[in-house]
Amino acid sequence: MLSISNLQASIEDKQILRGLNLQVKPGEVHAIMGPNGSGKSTLASVLAGRPEYEVTAGEVTFDGKDLLELSPEDRAREGVFLAFQYPIEIPGVSNINFLKTALSEIRTYKGLPQLSAKEFLKLVKEKQQLVDFDAKLTNRSLNEGFSGGEKKRNEIFQLAMLEPKLAILDETDSGLDIDALRIVANGVNQLRSSENAFVMITHYQRLLEYIVPDFVHVLYNGRIVRSGTKELALELEEKGYDWLKESVDAQNAI
Amino acid sequence: MSSEKQLLEELTTEEYKYGFTTDIEMDIAPKGLTEDTIRFISAKKNEPEWLLEWRLKAYKHFVTMAVPTWQNFKHPDVDFQDMSYYAAPKEKPKLNSLDEVDPELLDTFKKLGIPLDEQKVLAGVVAVDAVFDSVSVKTTFQKKLKEQGVIFSSFGEAVQEHPELVRKYLGTVVPSTDNLYAALNAAVFSDGSFVYIPKGVRCPMELSTYFRINAANTGQFERTLIIADDRAYVSYLEGCTAPMRDENQMHAAVVELIAMEDAEIKYSTVQNWYPGDKDGKGGIFNFVTKRGICKGNRSKISWTQVETGSAITWKYPSVILKGDGAVGEFYSVALTRNHQVADTGTKMIHIGKNTRSRIISKGISAGVSHNSYRGLVRIGKGADNARNFTQCDSMLIGDRCGAHTFPYIESKNETAMLEHEATTSKIGEDQVFYLNQRGIDSEQAVGLIVNGYAKEVLNQLPMEFAVEAQKLLAISLEGSVG
Repeated sequence: MLSISNLQASIEDKQILRGLNLQVKPGEVHAIMGPNGSGKSTLASVLAGRPEYEVTAGEVTFDGKDLLELSPEDRAREGVFLAFQYPIEIPGVSNINFLKTALSEIRTYKGLPQLSAKEFLKLVKEKQQLVDFDAKLTNRSLNEGFSGGEKKRNEIFQLAMLEPKLAILDETDSGLDIDALRIVANGVNQLRSSENAFVMITHYQRLLEYIVPDFVHVLYNGRIVRSGTKELALELEEKGYDWLKESVDAQNAI
Repeated sequence: MSSEKQLLEELTTEEYKYGFTTDIEMDIAPKGLTEDTIRFISAKKNEPEWLLEWRLKAYKHFVTMAVPTWQNFKHPDVDFQDMSYYAAPKEKPKLNSLDEVDPELLDTFKKLGIPLDEQKVLAGVVAVDAVFDSVSVKTTFQKKLKEQGVIFSSFGEAVQEHPELVRKYLGTVVPSTDNLYAALNAAVFSDGSFVYIPKGVRCPMELSTYFRINAANTGQFERTLIIADDRAYVSYLEGCTAPMRDENQMHAAVVELIAMEDAEIKYSTVQNWYPGDKDGKGGIFNFVTKRGICKGNRSKISWTQVETGSAITWKYPSVILKGDGAVGEFYSVALTRNHQVADTGTKMIHIGKNTRSRIISKGISAGVSHNSYRGLVRIGKGADNARNFTQCDSMLIGDRCGAHTFPYIESKNETAMLEHEATTSKIGEDQVFYLNQRGIDSEQAVGLIVNGYAKEVLNQLPMEFAVEAQKLLAISLEGSVG
């Protein structure tokens, strides 16, 4: 589904990604971990199409299409969803109205018929229950006055509503307490299927206990330096990133 | 420049869709302003002597007054002698059916999306008075309204049919001496609307007037007078457009509202005069004096305006809260882009006891425009228990525009309760990107955000027009309608 090859990207002339490679197939859940500054958020931003980042080399194919050629909204319409690390507030725009517009755009792009108001509301109710999202929050303005946890849960609710093929979760676990984490994880697990895929960007191993990944990758210095299964995450938790950094630097020295 | 920045640039600089002109035979007075011009206008309208005298008195004041200097923009160099003060389509003075209206004229209104065909009008929900340059072209549903005693006609017609009413109220809310443009208007006013709602009558339909300036080198000076007698109710809406021209044109209107005991007047404006091109060339100077007096106890006047056009918008729809328990409201969305300028706001003058006023002002600036809110809340000595709530918000799009606020509070009564809130916000690229990432393109994103911002004001418009105003805002930013 997603194929990243030799991706290099910079921001304000600072090189962050230095040749990243990654393959994601439908039905898979990947976790990307790494120390601060390794390029985790950059990867998420570049995939979503943030204009501040410049792709200097490499290719990204999504479902056979050149993802880097598409505008951010087209990438979204193709089925790429980014759950933001810091979801932004947009006062005055109601959650419901925003979702309706987004869903409408995506359906138009895919050539699907629009949902009637009744069908839409039914979908909202269904998804609210699925990811345990408070109905009261749906009627409020987008993220306005939401707590950190509520914002993250809103991201997952939107994920449920828009049903993307590829969901990138950018440090979704940061700032969440145990209960909120459990609810978010539950929501994601409910949405997993053999047709979609998840890429979780996370700092800590904790999230991976709730959302068990098929693959774990470690990002260091703009490259994926190690890949494994969930055991790798446990090893990192135990030994810390320094262990990995040393071994990578040592390898490069040879 | 990032693609979002580019898009924001494009969005806020595109073209005005109503810029076409209509070619029909016109009767235009020669340029210049003298006492003779006034006599000419008055004669054309077949006015009674008292009205001509009223005009001449105003003109005498006008020539002694100076151009104001306190506004937050550079007053344009206006040569009052360099424009014509009368322009009217050459057609029969009394139009009894649509067949008698010049087809080109009907076509113009059709292009503007304004129904003059009575069958097509929203099933009897809206009555329309269409004013083309200086003349009211057609007023719909007059007969039906007359059955309830409601008078809705052009100002000119009212002078002929109900001179006592006009004479009684004209100039009682905005005297000719009020300001330079009020004096000018009183001297040369062309046409406008006149509404009278008798005691206890709730006007059965929305009344609306559409103003269209067409002739070049003319000024438009309409005069509107609305009276709601005891326990009456009326909701009135005015819409305005004008063609694109290189030269500026002046529009100096005066609107007077009078609400008697337990009466209510709701006055809404959707203004979309030609704003000038992206370099600031041309555009209408919209210098308007609008004032309502809540004369009777427990009367209510609310002003709602959506201002998206004009090169310069200069107006302060105000309410004088004379009666006890009177209520005044002002809701405004003013959008400026390219080189437009707005200096607008309101005055709430509390005189009676237990009066309340509410001001919600939302300014949106884009391009290199400047948007100023100027408000006055004045509490008189005898205005016990007065309350005011003011909220003025500014939104900036891009980083070269300006938003300014000049709130004034003058209180002579210590029982008054006054609240003032203000916010300034910017449409962040992050907000637009967030919406992009959900499949919404940048144009729509900005539209959504601006709409959310203006919602509180748009909700005040009569339902039939709220949707149009919403579209107008989005389109004004998109650019296809100025």
